[in-house]
Amino acid sequence: MSIRLATGGRLIDRSRKIGFRFNGKRLQGHPGDTLASALMGNGQTILGRSFKYHRPRGVVASGAEEPNALVNLGAGAHHEPNQRATLTELFDGLTATSQNHWPSLNWDIGEVNALIPQLLPAGFYYKTFIHPRPFWKHVFEPFIRQSAGLGRAPDAKLSDPDRYEQFYAHADLVIAGGGIAGLQAALAAGRAGLRVILCEQGPHWGGRAPVDGVEIDGQPAEDWIAAAVQALEQMDHVHLRLRTMVAGVYDHGYVIGYERLTDHSPDHDGPRHRLWRIRTKRIVSATGALERPLSFAGNDKPGVMLAAAVRDYVINWGVAPGARTVVVTNNDDAYRTALALHAAGLEVPCIVDARPEADGPLVQEARARGLRVLTGTAIATVKGLRGVVAVQLCAQDGDGAVTEDVVCDSVAMSGGWSPVVHLWSHCGGKLVWDDTGAYFRPDATRPPTDQSGQGFVICAGAADGALLAGDTMANATAAVACVLAEHGKEMTAAAPVARAAAEAPLMPVWVMPARAGLKKRAKMWLDFQNDVKVSDVQLAAREGYESVEHTKRYTTLGMATDQGKLSNINGLAILAQALDEDIPRVGTTTFRPPYTPISMGAIAGEGRGAIFQPLRRTPIQDWHDAAGAHFEPVGYWRRPYCFPRKGESHRDAVNREILATRNGVGLLDASTLGKIIVKGADAGRFLDMLYTNMMSTLAPGKCRYGLMCSENGFLMDDGVVARLDDDTFLVHTTTGGADRIHAHMEDWLQCEWWDWKVYTANVTEQWAQIAVVGPKARAVLEKLGADFDLSKDALPFMSWAEGRIGGFEARAFRISFSGELSFEIAVPAAQGRAFWDALMAAGAGFGITPYGTEALHVMRAEKGFIMIGDETDGTVIPQDLGLDWAISKKKTDYLGKRAQERAHMTDPARWKLVGLETLDGSVLPDGCYALADGVNANGQRNTQGRVTSTYFSPTLGRGIAMGLVRNGPDRMGEVLEFNTTEKTAKGEMRTVSARIVSPVFFDPAGEKQNV
Amino acid sequence: MSDAMISALPGAEAQGLIAIREMGLQGMVTLRADLAAAAPMIAQITGANVPEPRAMTKGKACELAWMSPDEVLILCDHAAAGGLAADLSRALRGQHHLVVDVSDARAMFSLTGPSGALRDVLSKITPADLSASALPVGEMRRTRLQQVAGALWFASDAEARVICFRSVARYVFDLLAISAHPGGAIHYHRA
Repeated sequence: MSIRLATGGRLIDRSRKIGFRFNGKRLQGHPGDTLASALMGNGQTILGRSFKYHRPRGVVASGAEEPNALVNLGAGAHHEPNQRATLTELFDGLTATSQNHWPSLNWDIGEVNALIPQLLPAGFYYKTFIHPRPFWKHVFEPFIRQSAGLGRAPDAKLSDPDRYEQFYAHADLVIAGGGIAGLQAALAAGRAGLRVILCEQGPHWGGRAPVDGVEIDGQPAEDWIAAAVQALEQMDHVHLRLRTMVAGVYDHGYVIGYERLTDHSPDHDGPRHRLWRIRTKRIVSATGALERPLSFAGNDKPGVMLAAAVRDYVINWGVAPGARTVVVTNNDDAYRTALALHAAGLEVPCIVDARPEADGPLVQEARARGLRVLTGTAIATVKGLRGVVAVQLCAQDGDGAVTEDVVCDSVAMSGGWSPVVHLWSHCGGKLVWDDTGAYFRPDATRPPTDQSGQGFVICAGAADGALLAGDTMANATAAVACVLAEHGKEMTAAAPVARAAAEAPLMPVWVMPARAGLKKRAKMWLDFQNDVKVSDVQLAAREGYESVEHTKRYTTLGMATDQGKLSNINGLAILAQALDEDIPRVGTTTFRPPYTPISMGAIAGEGRGAIFQPLRRTPIQDWHDAAGAHFEPVGYWRRPYCFPRKGESHRDAVNREILATRNGVGLLDASTLGKIIVKGADAGRFLDMLYTNMMSTLAPGKCRYGLMCSENGFLMDDGVVARLDDDTFLVHTTTGGADRIHAHMEDWLQCEWWDWKVYTANVTEQWAQIAVVGPKARAVLEKLGADFDLSKDALPFMSWAEGRIGGFEARAFRISFSGELSFEIAVPAAQGRAFWDALMAAGAGFGITPYGTEALHVMRAEKGFIMIGDETDGTVIPQDLGLDWAISKKKTDYLGKRAQERAHMTDPARWKLVGLETLDGSVLPDGCYALADGVNANGQRNTQGRVTSTYFSPTLGRGIAMGLVRNGPDRMGEVLEFNTTEKTAKGEMRTVSARIVSPVFFDPAGEKQNV
Repeated sequence: MSDAMISALPGAEAQGLIAIREMGLQGMVTLRADLAAAAPMIAQITGANVPEPRAMTKGKACELAWMSPDEVLILCDHAAAGGLAADLSRALRGQHHLVVDVSDARAMFSLTGPSGALRDVLSKITPADLSASALPVGEMRRTRLQQVAGALWFASDAEARVICFRSVARYVFDLLAISAHPGGAIHYHRA
């Protein structure tokens, strides 16, 4: 059982205790503990269950590579699954629960899977769930979904109460990792004057040098680290960031950093996580190395840990996995763990070394301390069900015949180290296999390259394969010297010299013992989280999986939340052996960001609630809010759909607004309409190219409706153009089209017609625009008083004038989207609200009625006016809509002309616009189809048209619709059947009959608007 | 009608790591032309030289900010903008140009506080490099403020100005206010 030691623990404050809960149990730890160290200190050895076999699992590691110690953290709205206990700093009141067990952590019913593992071999899902086909959806998938997953997903009804933010930073150099290599790189770059950001994922500087007894320049590493940090803090252009992980490296020197601000102190006021979005010239990856497990039978049992993690816990936090620890290794470094345990007064019954001989300085020291070193020896198996009670030893070069039983309660294992090459690899840096160290390290000749073809990530220290402290420091110094050289700078201070005990080479050991039989290999875990064993990878190889990427997916090796940090190298070594290939020829799987999972909140940043996305507000929006308008989104705007009165339904409100407008006067906030000034000697020529009809002939003071098409001929926007003076036009676009059409104009002007004398300006927001609509519109304006003539003769339909109306500087456009007498009046936006109020006051006696977008839609449909986005969908050309009158025959060219002459566009069978009237007066369903005889090749009913707009017209007292129908205009009076989603009593599809009519339902002669 | 004129968010203020204030009505004129050819007329009307790329120049009761190789933005009193636009257009008659009063299309904010805090808060919403060397006092930066377009500059070490479109003034104000919340100090920009 794990224990808290009486003394030691350089990172904890033993004078204080803090309380926390695990599975409801009240426990205590010290400030400085991680959740993992605090749980170990309380004797909590089992922390969770594995994914597939539900095996009991305890802490294996002390950092980001931890595969087992994942917990549900927090409760209620703060609940978060899959949090690594090894990275979770303990705070007062922390609550955690274990994951993936039922009914309890100590007795789990899923454990039965482990007793008969042949039930779930590698590729089990692929093999089992193929047949019978219908079983997948109804039997297998629900079962898998229920048993899959580690943590509990947060309650969908609770929204995350925490706040997140992002921060953009720019630097010459980002250094990932605050160990001695990262600190040395920062010191050198800082002294040379570079803008440096140094990120350390944990809460402490210095990495593992203090634990490993490294000396730097003759003093303990801890002293050098403190001095280095102090020196860096004095440099204005160097920024130090703890608890900030470099999560990913992307092209063009883009780096994502993930800062955890309040996870360790939840009462702190401020954002919980901050996503750093950094642009940097160079990246030094000083991310260290991760220790590998050894593959022996039972290596996943609680109490079996990585050797370096064991000494981390002893030295940093004063806890140990047990009182009697067997160390098993293929290298010298693990002897540090034996020595640390011995120094802490704990028993080390033996050191099991797989190498035939071991005689390095650390080995000699262990022997000198009286520790028993067994060379050429292996662990045959670990005894114990929910923990370690003994190990059985055997010869490494054998099949596992037991030579000795050793009673112990924990095992510290080391299979060597692998440099953390993730950041090097994210943008395509290549790796090379190092035979001496048995690891992949960065291939300096094939770095990830930037926009100028230069390598932009440089690995430093252990991340570059320089594992021994002396080499680490020298390597980091050399790496940063390369960065400085690119800036034409040199190192200004002598490189520090780090010293640690020398180490003899390791011996690669991928299976322990070397000739273990299947029974043993089926108990040797590679991937602890996903339960992938040596036997699984070997089975995959036998079944023909030669590619490491395929094997990964087939076995799920490295696909868990730890992304194979421990299992990757061991797994591919096993695969290489099984395929009888060299490891480098088998290669690695792809390293992708993020290095460890980051929160969705950090990715969303501040974008939630009111600022989830920008909501554009017109100058009159406050009035709409106060009037209780029902809004609908139009682009980023929220436009009033209607203004319901108390107790009034939306439909009733729309009908009331329409009738009030048709019979009296209505008011529409049209400020969102796009307004673009087009000016210059070539402005008319330019608009002639943009629009299908002729704009250059428009006289100043006049307005003309026009259609804009894409190069492919499709209708993309429409609106009214007003000519302000000889070389100035005001182009009105749809609300959603304003920014797009302005960009479209600039695209053509800047890229194609760059020598045309045309300037454009988007003045959409400069003007509040209000439509005063209805037979009494002129009377309202006259009551308000204008200093220019608003009469039919002076200001006829499709003309405009400017002057003062009610004291407001205004432009009045005689344009109509409703078929009524209509003035669209633009005033400067700052006066928009006051003008609206003045119109409401002046119109009070005329029953003036504000109306929303739905009334606008219905009234335009009654008139047969098309709406971009309803009658058009990106596949419709003006000719489909009977708009041939708006297409100039005289012009030699306009955008889309050529495309509209292609065979498919001139096909007489194209669906064309018609009006549709149901025989029973009902409203056709939105988006329904006109049915044709027979079915198509997919067994679907043939169609001959579709509805594009459909409304109840209060003016006509019946449903009206527009639609596109094959040969429609030639079939006036014909009755078509339209589908619905309802069924008849007989169970057949209910259809609706509608007659093809003219799309102009109301006032076809246009008498009402022309007054 | 001066009492009938209102800016986008009259009187909006927030306090935190920095102070944020909507500045009320602000005159703005967009001028597009061949700037080299138009420079004498521009100087004659505004009293200011055409600014170098990204720079700003001061004139008679106005400031000019470089927007693009053929565009400057003129900041002036709100009441003067219409007249200034008309004067410029008259002076530039005969050469290809566009002058338009865009005062009401925009909103402007004043941000005051220590230089480092101003640069930190703004760096939460714009990807532009806001270090004092990359964006010195008096240099205009057109950029994006999270999801919307904007422009910003430092009027002094202790004050930054932010311009956005009028319709998104509330979004930008809310962004600035949450970014200036006291719990989120970063101390990245030292000055």
